[in-house]
Amino acid sequence: MSDVLHRVRMTVNARAATIAVEARRTLAEALREDLGLTGTHLGCEHGVCGACTVLMDGAPVRACLVLAVQAEGAAIRTVEGLAAPDGTLHPLQQAFADHHALQCGYCTPGFLMLAMAMLEENPAMEEAEMVERLSSNLCRCTGYAGILAAVRSVMRR
Amino acid sequence: MKAPPFEWHRPATLAEAVASLAAVAPQDGRVLAGGQSLLPAMALRVARPPHLVDINGIAELGELRVEDNALRIGALVRHAAFHRPVAHGPLGALMAGVVRHIAHWPIRTRGSFGGSLCHADPASEWPLVAVVLGATMQAVSLRGDRLIDGPAFLRGPLETALAPDEILRAVTLPLLPADAHWGFEEVARRAGDFAQAMALVVLRMDAIGRVAEARIGIGGVEAVPRRLAAVEALVNGRLPSATLVEEAGRAAAAACDPMEDAPYRRALVRAVVSRALASAAMPQALAA
Repeated sequence: MSDVLHRVRMTVNARAATIAVEARRTLAEALREDLGLTGTHLGCEHGVCGACTVLMDGAPVRACLVLAVQAEGAAIRTVEGLAAPDGTLHPLQQAFADHHALQCGYCTPGFLMLAMAMLEENPAMEEAEMVERLSSNLCRCTGYAGILAAVRSVMRR
Repeated sequence: MKAPPFEWHRPATLAEAVASLAAVAPQDGRVLAGGQSLLPAMALRVARPPHLVDINGIAELGELRVEDNALRIGALVRHAAFHRPVAHGPLGALMAGVVRHIAHWPIRTRGSFGGSLCHADPASEWPLVAVVLGATMQAVSLRGDRLIDGPAFLRGPLETALAPDEILRAVTLPLLPADAHWGFEEVARRAGDFAQAMALVVLRMDAIGRVAEARIGIGGVEAVPRRLAAVEALVNGRLPSATLVEEAGRAAAAACDPMEDAPYRRALVRAVVSRALASAAMPQALAA
């Protein structure tokens, strides 16, 4: 049967999570609907906008283009995992605020996770490389200069 | 948006995958590789496969190695694996250059080399690389393995020589000799978009700097990527020059048969072939 439920065990922001989903459920839907983590936003739902970007075993992925069943055993990180437990913003989040890197904020969780992956891969990334990586996601408030400035400021620390 | 319901099969080995696909192929069952084209097509309900055979759990398909003077790329090697050169010499550098034109980083971490070839979008980069560099595809089914060369594999837009029950196992690319030079040029409307036109040029020069062997291919314009024999013949035996670069671009524009927007696409072909040839010939020009 094609509507059979599959059990998926993964860690989300370092906590174990088990859900039961149809095969067609995307990872983004599972995070939002099954786990209540609505910080991961869905924009286009076909891989163009990057609003749903999360880290899967350390790599940035479009959570709308990964099936939840494919996350079995994976370590997922979402925007909810960035700030400290006491609410202190991650330096990257603080930089977004300081550099006016968001207006409406819809694309922000995706950009934050994209930028986290950049920082973890190479904390001394060249500017041209930063631009190429950040071109992955769309911001329709046209805040790219602020987003680049925020990421650059964290890179320089 | 939500994909239509489907039954999900998750084989752990290639043998299980082949058996699984053989069972569901008659009902339009499909292979799910990186999913960066198939899953959006399903979300948009352009594709409605009732069964997916998910090959992401098969370790063998993710292997990448150099053997017998060739690069053997498991079908599920992700695009992002090519960000850094995967082989010494020009081939690794060529692929690291080309991969930057494929979609965006978070797509490249999932999308796969073999999936791109099997999807056979005329505007995607790896099929052009496969045709110009003389790739061999290894397909497997319950009937056994068979080898298919690049041009025979690509039949048309979104159409390959694979039978419904066959899985692409690996792709073999011959290593380029150390003295090979390459140039790749693409025009796309935005960073990461599909190519409106692209050209890949690989040159070897003789002792006095003439082109001894040119391979010149275009993609994104016709139904499948293709080497342009007439342009290669024009370039072979000549010394690279601004005149030659211009002539080659014009010859390529005349030789191609665009699927749409013919005058515009011909103008793009002229530009990308000229630029790719100039880029490939540059080291010799600077050394002279």
